[in-house]
Amino acid sequence: MNPPRALIAEDEPLLRDALAAELRSAWPELQLVAQVGDGERALGEALALRPEVCFLDIRMPGASGLEVAQALAEDWPADRAFPLLVFVTAYDQYALKAFEAQAVDYLVKPWSPPRLAACVQRLRARLAERKGAGERADRSANDAAALDERTLAQLRALLAAAADESGTSADRPPRLEVIQAGVGNMVHLVPVDEVVYFEAADKYVRVVTAEREHLIRTSLRELLPQLDPQRFWQVHRGTVVRARSIASAQRHESGKVTLTLRERAERLTASRLYAHLFKGQ
Amino acid sequence: MTAVADPAAVTEAPASTWRRAVRFAWEELRVGLPLCVAAAAFISLLFRESFTGTLIYSLCIGLTIQLLIEAGRHGIAAALRRRDPQHLPADSGWPGWAWMAPWTAGAAVLGYFAGSRLADWLTGAQRTHLLTDESHLHALTLILVISLAMAFGAVFFFHSRGRMDSLQAQAEAAQRRAAEAQLMLLQSQLEPHMLFNTLANLRVLIGSDPPRAQAMLDHLIAFLRATLGASRRTLQSLADEFDRVHDYLELMTLRMGPRLTVRSDLPAALRALPVPSLVLQPLVENSIRHGLEPQVAGGRIELAARRDGDALVLSVRDTGVGLGHHRAAAHGGRRFGLEQVRSRLAALFGARASLTLRDAPDAEGGTLAELRLPWPAANVPANATAQAAR
Repeated sequence: MNPPRALIAEDEPLLRDALAAELRSAWPELQLVAQVGDGERALGEALALRPEVCFLDIRMPGASGLEVAQALAEDWPADRAFPLLVFVTAYDQYALKAFEAQAVDYLVKPWSPPRLAACVQRLRARLAERKGAGERADRSANDAAALDERTLAQLRALLAAAADESGTSADRPPRLEVIQAGVGNMVHLVPVDEVVYFEAADKYVRVVTAEREHLIRTSLRELLPQLDPQRFWQVHRGTVVRARSIASAQRHESGKVTLTLRERAERLTASRLYAHLFKGQ
Repeated sequence: MTAVADPAAVTEAPASTWRRAVRFAWEELRVGLPLCVAAAAFISLLFRESFTGTLIYSLCIGLTIQLLIEAGRHGIAAALRRRDPQHLPADSGWPGWAWMAPWTAGAAVLGYFAGSRLADWLTGAQRTHLLTDESHLHALTLILVISLAMAFGAVFFFHSRGRMDSLQAQAEAAQRRAAEAQLMLLQSQLEPHMLFNTLANLRVLIGSDPPRAQAMLDHLIAFLRATLGASRRTLQSLADEFDRVHDYLELMTLRMGPRLTVRSDLPAALRALPVPSLVLQPLVENSIRHGLEPQVAGGRIELAARRDGDALVLSVRDTGVGLGHHRAAAHGGRRFGLEQVRSRLAALFGARASLTLRDAPDAEGGTLAELRLPWPAANVPANATAQAAR
């Protein structure tokens, strides 16, 4: 078997180098294929190199460790084993609680050598388990390679905990009623109720109504806490749809779901992370 | 009428409606009953009538008056509140003397007639003094005067006690808020995330570069000492203030590496000027946390001090993501730090100091925070010469 490969995403250079050095001595056969300092590069490198293990710092510029994990889960090729994720944090109590609850691997900075050794032990055991499962069973039947339900459930719980954290704090922004979209020196007022879906587009968000669409200068991450989660469902890290506008949902083997809309002809894709919203009972 | 600052904060733990009603009745009767008994004793002595009979009348009249006054007081307060919610604080049941004086007088007269009719009915007697009955006019006047005096006395008593209660509650709430603010300040300054990350970096340095580790530890110690001791010292020299900020920035430079560069401009002439201690700290922390840390490329932070007429201007500028980035989700942390600085400035200098935060005016972007303090008169050479010339 090829030696396992790992990616380290940590924005503080000293800590990044230290983690790399300590991993080299605690796990000599592990190959460090990428060491990056921000979330965007972490996602890009992970998708390009497909390592078996990713160490993700929670607070990073570009995208947080949790956001990188979410994007990985959505964009990871279905026929490749999803990497083992280890979250690294100095102090994020909500995250630590969620990690404990979900039995997710994590490291708390500053970590001690025994703690890192225990982490390495666990990762090794999990990789060996995977390899065994892959050899024993026929690959298509026992989908050992694909992103398994347990990992999905873990990620869902982590994302929910993170959303909860921003949703319950005292400075939660009020619910949005009207969206102001400026074009040149004109401002269009769009009642939130008329929006069919929101779609992230770089640093903007596309606001799509039955008849037209607008661009607003904000991120979906900032917009999300201002929307009523009962009425607007997130179905992808870049898409939030009005539940009332979803006409049908078609499941695919990859785990993704295609949504058709009442007011619009285009179809939307719900990622595996949100496929559980469409149970079809 | 004094406004109760924060009614929600001073209400007690929710009691059941029933218990609240009993307590309310007890509070009322505790004052009303002794007054009625005293009035009955006085009148029965004056008119040489039976105490028991007089007491029935006294109770009927007194309690009716009390009922009318209280119903009117709460009714008027509620009506006023509905018309203009700003006018009365939510928990105040006191509409003001302008309303209560005529109402109390009216309630006393009305209560007298209604109450004595009630007593007539209860006792089967016919002792109500009527205005038409000239022979009783003397007694009627006296009893009305007594009723009025007692009504006003009781109203005054309830009103002033209510005010004392609300003042006390206000004081307690203010104390609690001050303690909470203190705690939040400490938490924002000793942010665990910053502290543990710094310790993690130090732990690495101890192995790889002991002299640098020692220097960083010295900065951390100075930073902790200043932060924990900040409340004890109100003023320090501008040079010391810059040094404390540099302790923090050295630690951040260690953590962020090449992503952070620092420029600092403190003219020698300004070094000794006294400034409120650690007013720059929250501004610098904001620049790092909300300006530079979220930016992949990092950036630069610039500290400067200059004189502008009668003002000492301290500025903190970063080349970070700028204010617009956070407009949609204005984070509590940022506001809290700024509010803290603003309230300290207001306490020390009133309207003569200000803090402004805006987008940096050049192409590099980022945020510019400017602190304007009144020029410290004692140290001003220009001022001194002006005085000498006079």
